[in-house]
Amino acid sequence: MKRREFVKDSAITVFGAGLPLSGAMAQNRYSKYAGQTVTMNVPAHPHYDAMAKILPQFTKETGIKVELDKVAIGRMKDKQLLEMAKSQGDYDLACYIVMWKSEYVSKNLIQPLDPFLNNKALADPNYDIKDIIPVYLENLGLVGGPKGYLPGPGAKLYGLPYGAETSVMAYRRDIFEKHSLKIPTNYDEFAKILRVIKDKEGIGALTSRGQAGHQCVHAWLLHLNPLGGSVFDANWKPVFNNEAGVKALKFLQEVVATGPAGIPGYGQGEANTAFLQGQAAMYLDSTSLAGIVNDPSKSRVAGKVSWALHPMGTRRASQSGGLGLTIPKNAKNADASFLLMQWLTSKEQDKACARVGGTPIRNSTLGDVDMVRQYPEFITFKEALKYSNPDWRPIIPVWDKINVQALGVGISDALTGKKTAEAALNDLVPQVTQIMREGGYKV
Amino acid sequence: MAAKHRPWLPWIYVGPAMLVMVLACLYPVLSAFKLGFFDWSMGTPWSAARWVGFDNFVSVFTNPRVWSSLLTTLMFAALCVTAEMVLGIALALALERPVRGVAFFRSMFILPMMIAPVAVGLTWRYMFDAQFGLINAVLGVLGIAGKSWLAEPGLAFAAIVIADIWQWTPFVFIMIAAALANVDSSVLEASKIDGATWWQMTLKVKLPMIMSVIAITLMMRLIDAFRVLEVVYVLTFGGPGDSTEILALHIYKTAFVGQQLGNAAVISLILLVVVMGLSWFALRLSNPLAEKNADR
Repeated sequence: MKRREFVKDSAITVFGAGLPLSGAMAQNRYSKYAGQTVTMNVPAHPHYDAMAKILPQFTKETGIKVELDKVAIGRMKDKQLLEMAKSQGDYDLACYIVMWKSEYVSKNLIQPLDPFLNNKALADPNYDIKDIIPVYLENLGLVGGPKGYLPGPGAKLYGLPYGAETSVMAYRRDIFEKHSLKIPTNYDEFAKILRVIKDKEGIGALTSRGQAGHQCVHAWLLHLNPLGGSVFDANWKPVFNNEAGVKALKFLQEVVATGPAGIPGYGQGEANTAFLQGQAAMYLDSTSLAGIVNDPSKSRVAGKVSWALHPMGTRRASQSGGLGLTIPKNAKNADASFLLMQWLTSKEQDKACARVGGTPIRNSTLGDVDMVRQYPEFITFKEALKYSNPDWRPIIPVWDKINVQALGVGISDALTGKKTAEAALNDLVPQVTQIMREGGYKV
Repeated sequence: MAAKHRPWLPWIYVGPAMLVMVLACLYPVLSAFKLGFFDWSMGTPWSAARWVGFDNFVSVFTNPRVWSSLLTTLMFAALCVTAEMVLGIALALALERPVRGVAFFRSMFILPMMIAPVAVGLTWRYMFDAQFGLINAVLGVLGIAGKSWLAEPGLAFAAIVIADIWQWTPFVFIMIAAALANVDSSVLEASKIDGATWWQMTLKVKLPMIMSVIAITLMMRLIDAFRVLEVVYVLTFGGPGDSTEILALHIYKTAFVGQQLGNAAVISLILLVVVMGLSWFALRLSNPLAEKNADR
């Protein structure tokens, strides 16, 4: 036998034997759990609607059944807290908003993922966790560490991003071309173009969330970070009423004045609808809009939208946040639940979900040639992720209360003109300080 | 007679019902009272609850947001219940006489009450939408400029009042219509023979005769108006600012967002006391139970 033939035959033998082996290993991983049912709590959200389309494939491949408990995103936390506080809960896998992760860990309600990822019987050797966009993994998954919610000694992984997002700008290419407008790349240009669009086109310039509570705080944070501000300083002292905080709120007031009518009542749905129905020329928010903006059944602006980076303020920054998946401490089928989580966030299924309108969480999906052909905006998204700030908001256990009950009321007052930007923020400092003290922070 | 010889017999009859009432009504109230003395967060075991004495009571009574929320609730209840009672009684009187299509109108009027509150909230949220809402479209046809209903404090408050009136006027209508159907016709005939006009008959005969039903309806609507949550939650989430943050929503946020179940329990007790006071007032108008006792 010639050397070349020997190598060829050997390669066929080794490679050919390897294929059924890896298939068999995967089969073994799932076979123990075939017939089990994973109950999964998910929100009514475009990404999870896309996920539901690929789930039958999971059951087909593994024999593990999946039962979805779909609830409104606003009611998800109440339900999860009640379920996860029981000795044995109904949820094996739960979707959570980034802001809840620290609270869930502080209450000992969710499981760290390392024991699963280190379990050779469960972990997929080809999973490649490093391919998951690092800022998403840190922002959504890590709890502990010096700051409590960012990487560092003591930080552990409690969840995986799934439905994670960053902020990008979408704009009406036709309107910008019609008036020969330049896409704003910084906040000075951004501030000027708001009034120009309103006057020239007669529709809202930038759509935005604005409803009291989380929604208006989310909108303000979108401008606070690029403008150089933050909610707290390094010692947890509230500093959101400084120059950057006021500038961000004044900018948001201008967005309300030049935007589609009714922004102070807009949740995410209304803000998206205003853009999708052609009532606003720009959108600056989550990447999740990409899945529906070119769907003619949901959008009147299909084919007219281009994407750009979040304009730069004193620094370039874009949001990090969105949704993740976690395994409750009291899950009945925790192992099967991990297998589902691992399958959903694998390279293949991340692409499969993105193809049907989901939001990708992996670099390999964003960089895939076929995917980019289908979604050219992925190029912008990948660039935006370079500037995505994992410390976008302080994800401490009391953040939800600060977000909804303090900032969410004061900022809303500023948006309706009841208070000036300065007064609204200054009045909030004592309330936020009090909540921090109740939460055990020495401020 | 039997009861006289066996005084314990009535207790046997009413005992099971009383037991159910105690378990179903009194136990939650006592639990709320107990919870008011603890600092307990949802999702943690009860053993983690911390005794804080009267701290929750002090913090609630000194919190201006609680009082502004109570004021908002009182204004909301006063406006809604007054409008619902007036409209409900007027509709019942209008459809009392046999007119064409009365069955259709009766069915139509009670439809809103049958819709789930969350759906009512969503429906009105779309109707009040500043861009695409039906209300602004109708105003546009009439030549009136559209409003940002849910984005201005006064208009948002009007929006939650309108939604509540739309949903609950039918309840008053049904109650009053049923009561009017049972008014003794001989009394009405007598008043007619005496030459009473329609107004006189209505104000001096019919309504006084159904006053006990009106009082009970008023009480039930007052209680419900103080407990409204879902519609406001969906429609405005208490905003803009806290202009529509009624007490039930404030309790919800304190319990489920702020995770202060003790504080939420104390605010619930305040709500209970206010509703009890108003119910007592409503029953003072005409208490059917007292009337029966007086008859005996």
